[in-house]
Amino acid sequence: MYDIESLYEATSVEDACRALAEDPQAIVIAGGTDVLVKVRGGKLAGAHLVSIHNLHDELDGVTLADDGTVEIGPITWFHHVTTSPVIQATVPTLGEACDTPGGPQLRVSGTIGGNVCNAATSADSASTLFAYGALLDVVSTRGKRTIPIEEWYAGPGRSYRERDEVLVKIRIPRDHYEGFTGHYFKYGKRRALEIATMGCCCLVKLGADKSTIDDIRLAFGVAAPTPMRATGAEDAVRGLSVAEAVEKIGELAQAETHPRDSWRASKDFRLQLIGEMSRRSLIEAARKGGADI
Amino acid sequence: MEQLREVGRPITRVDAYDKVTGRAKFTDDLCPKPCLEARILHSTIGNGRVVSIDTTEAKKVPGVVAVFTCFDVPDRPYPVAGHPWYADSHAEKRDLADRKLLDDRIRIYGDNIAVVVAEDTVACDRALRKIKVEYEEWPVVYDPKESLKGTEHPVQDIKPDNLVAHTCALTSPENLAKYGYKTVDDAINDPAYHHIAIHTETGEQSQVHIETCTSFCYMEGGKIVCVASTQIPHIMRRVIGQALGIPWGDVRVIKPYIGGGFGTKQDIHYEPLNAWICQQLGGRCVRLELSREELFWDTSGRQPKSFDVEASYGDDMLLHARSIRGWSNTGGYIHHGHALVLNSVNSFRWLYHTNEVASRSEAWTVYTNGPHTGAMRAYGVPEGVWTAECLMGDIAHDNGWDGVEFRLKNCIREGFVDEFTPGGAVAAHTCTLPQCVEKGKEWIHWDEKKREYANQTGPIRHGVGVAFFVYKTAVAPFALETATSRVTLNQDGSVQLQMGATEIGQGADTVFSQMAAEAIGVDTEDVHIVSFQDTDVAPYDAGAYASRQTYVSGTAVKKAGLELREKILAFAHRLYPAAGENLDLRDHAIWDATGRQVCTLASLALEAYYNVDANDQLSAYATANVHTNAIATGCTFADVTVDMPLGKVTVNRIISVQDNGRLINPKLVEQQVHGGMGQSIGFALSEEVQVDPKTGRVLNDTLLDYKIPTMMDLPDLKADFVESDDPTGPYGNKAVGETPIISPAPAIRDAILDATGVKFYHMPMTPQRLVEGFKREGLI
Repeated sequence: MYDIESLYEATSVEDACRALAEDPQAIVIAGGTDVLVKVRGGKLAGAHLVSIHNLHDELDGVTLADDGTVEIGPITWFHHVTTSPVIQATVPTLGEACDTPGGPQLRVSGTIGGNVCNAATSADSASTLFAYGALLDVVSTRGKRTIPIEEWYAGPGRSYRERDEVLVKIRIPRDHYEGFTGHYFKYGKRRALEIATMGCCCLVKLGADKSTIDDIRLAFGVAAPTPMRATGAEDAVRGLSVAEAVEKIGELAQAETHPRDSWRASKDFRLQLIGEMSRRSLIEAARKGGADI
Repeated sequence: MEQLREVGRPITRVDAYDKVTGRAKFTDDLCPKPCLEARILHSTIGNGRVVSIDTTEAKKVPGVVAVFTCFDVPDRPYPVAGHPWYADSHAEKRDLADRKLLDDRIRIYGDNIAVVVAEDTVACDRALRKIKVEYEEWPVVYDPKESLKGTEHPVQDIKPDNLVAHTCALTSPENLAKYGYKTVDDAINDPAYHHIAIHTETGEQSQVHIETCTSFCYMEGGKIVCVASTQIPHIMRRVIGQALGIPWGDVRVIKPYIGGGFGTKQDIHYEPLNAWICQQLGGRCVRLELSREELFWDTSGRQPKSFDVEASYGDDMLLHARSIRGWSNTGGYIHHGHALVLNSVNSFRWLYHTNEVASRSEAWTVYTNGPHTGAMRAYGVPEGVWTAECLMGDIAHDNGWDGVEFRLKNCIREGFVDEFTPGGAVAAHTCTLPQCVEKGKEWIHWDEKKREYANQTGPIRHGVGVAFFVYKTAVAPFALETATSRVTLNQDGSVQLQMGATEIGQGADTVFSQMAAEAIGVDTEDVHIVSFQDTDVAPYDAGAYASRQTYVSGTAVKKAGLELREKILAFAHRLYPAAGENLDLRDHAIWDATGRQVCTLASLALEAYYNVDANDQLSAYATANVHTNAIATGCTFADVTVDMPLGKVTVNRIISVQDNGRLINPKLVEQQVHGGMGQSIGFALSEEVQVDPKTGRVLNDTLLDYKIPTMMDLPDLKADFVESDDPTGPYGNKAVGETPIISPAPAIRDAILDATGVKFYHMPMTPQRLVEGFKREGLI
């Protein structure tokens, strides 16, 4: 049995915002794959839940706006992100990342918005959303605001979204993805049902010669208390040939990241992964862009 | 081998349809809900004592029925291991009693100090959070060698120096003298031979059965009924009786289908506490189910162990002498105690003792403030064989010898009798190990792969590896082996089979049915086995462990079956005297010596029940007291890819080839081997209960952080066999259930050594340990 004090099933986003405003203890539940685990574990025992689980009309699905912005409803299942034709045509690396959490069952109950709101550094979609520079729209009875993902995270498992704010849209503008190819590399200790020991997303835009790096984004999960971009490494390899960048990126990324020492993995082991995964992710991303490496 | 009629048929298991359709009833399915729920309050320190407990607020939580603390329960320690009990004539063999229902002396992190009983689990949990405990805290000792130095407060007062047991088996002075040695060390250090010393470590593996440990208790007719997920219902009855201080006959244990045990359920955990709560509450039904998290630290995983090994060997590839010293961490409670590490050091010896002139097998089992540990599949043997195979792999690698050839020259062979076992009962009456090796070698393409994988460079490398294993069958002569079986002829000529031995998912019911059919002369389809054990009616049997049931309980089945067959034929002779002597039962009928049908079995069965003048309800009840043992052997070959910078090992192909004697049901044995191989691959690469040595707390007590392999992590698992007809088994069979978990892990270790040249000694070989090893050797 789950210790849930109350569950309100919202009929609209507006209704959810009202319910969250009225009950100062209320929190949002969508797919439940994080919240219910915390209820069971005692952290959220006695929870007051406002469910947005059924707000499909407002919050589910992926669309492409006229200006080329990819718009993802937060209660879209991981699996539906992966299989969305819009995602595959525009930000396929995000689709690949969303194909890695847990197993098939989890990916048809867990949502991409939940993954963002849970704010874990290990979230599989996080590093890719970071690399794509996602914009996160939240609403409450106080109004609507947009938080760029770089400003979303307050610490491990914490975001700057207020308790009563509902994430209503994840947006990726056209210039954030156009011309980029990418790779998400999830390192787990096994091949499924796994939380990332390290997650790395690399997006590259190659020059016309297909061997120069015109632009690059390198983002990590678990390399720090929150997901992060290694902008120093990006700056250092921008303009280099792919081969040179591959040579350098591992050490550059290691120098810029701050993984912790824990019983799950030592700092040294994580640094080893950061170096190796940066290299391999860059190679994969560049290959997809046509580089011969 | 002589072809048998029912034994050897690869039939579908008798419970298959019920299990896959969900009709099979497990403990929780039978629970009369709503009933009371009980949850345990666990200590948040790893060593010390409870000074006081305040339950005032907890008792006010709506729905709470009672809160009992360590100060409320009887001060009566009891033993919990799934071992046979012993009569007064052998009282020294009884297990130590070192547990109480709840205890104010805290020995491990999470120890049991109170229990809440409520109308539902939410109320239980709310109440648990409101209990206030005052502790006196003492330093935690997790390292067994540290613990042996003595602690201010012994973990258990019955062992003031924290030493549970110490044993040492040495080659006798007379045997040493034949080779001019005074001590085993003289043989090991003889300068005429090469010398090697290694240190190995094996972690705590958890069983991770699907069904958690669960029970519900109620009183009926003045007796306590406990329905429980257990491998050992009769032992559970005894332990509940001992723990509550009531006659064992006042306890009735019912064991339905169970969702796996792998040794966890060869211990008694919370069933006595649950029975006691039930008793306190006037016999109301109380359910006590452990959470998945509790299973990781509050039931007994595989004992963590370390070993120091020395050996000498000659240029002729023959082992000259070996010594193994093992230390086992039993945690805060003894549970299965010293038997486990004894199995480790003994199996180390048995596997490669053939040419040795000297041998030492020494072992210590130590109390610490670590999680209590106990039985897990293969019971200490995987750790001993891991160590034996680390040694063999290193010697072959260092000398450039072929690992298969080197092992074959030294391995156990037919006729082996363990000189250290009283009466020589541990023996290889049969041994097809060389043929098993031949099969495995061919399948993996050993010679080709060895050539192909030589002289690799680069970060990603390939290797092949091998490991052999031995496993003794059942527990004689070290412990009591007894089993009873009852067979009854039904009115329609079918047969009712009742066992004290338990089906725990391994397929016992199916092979018992096959053996009964073979003995009686009917078809397996005519045998109705009663799967549930109810200690009020089920014959006595110690239960499912030690790969014993097909061997020991099977002997009882055969005995009872043959007896029933004789009774059927004698009854037929009484009814139809004209048919003469030497009647036969086959094809559902009775036949005379000339081959003429006397009557059908069904008509005879009707006569047996309803003949007005001469009915004789036919049944047989037979006990087998088994004193023999039989060594099963086999090997695993593995082909791996090692991605060194990422510390990733991919098992590409793997085969286990085993000599399990005659296979009662080849399909079921194959499935056992598949399961064991998967579990061994997990132990090799990822499965380990991680303990914080400072607090004794288990860190990874979830299925997320305790890494059992998924289907995605396992290659196709290949199982093969070379059968033998062991003279001691009821139908030539030897141990099966535990054997497959032994050799895959060391074979993977050997393949990693082949691929990279790096020697790993610490199991599991997790990615982090691999990366550290490759860095140490300068490979990355």
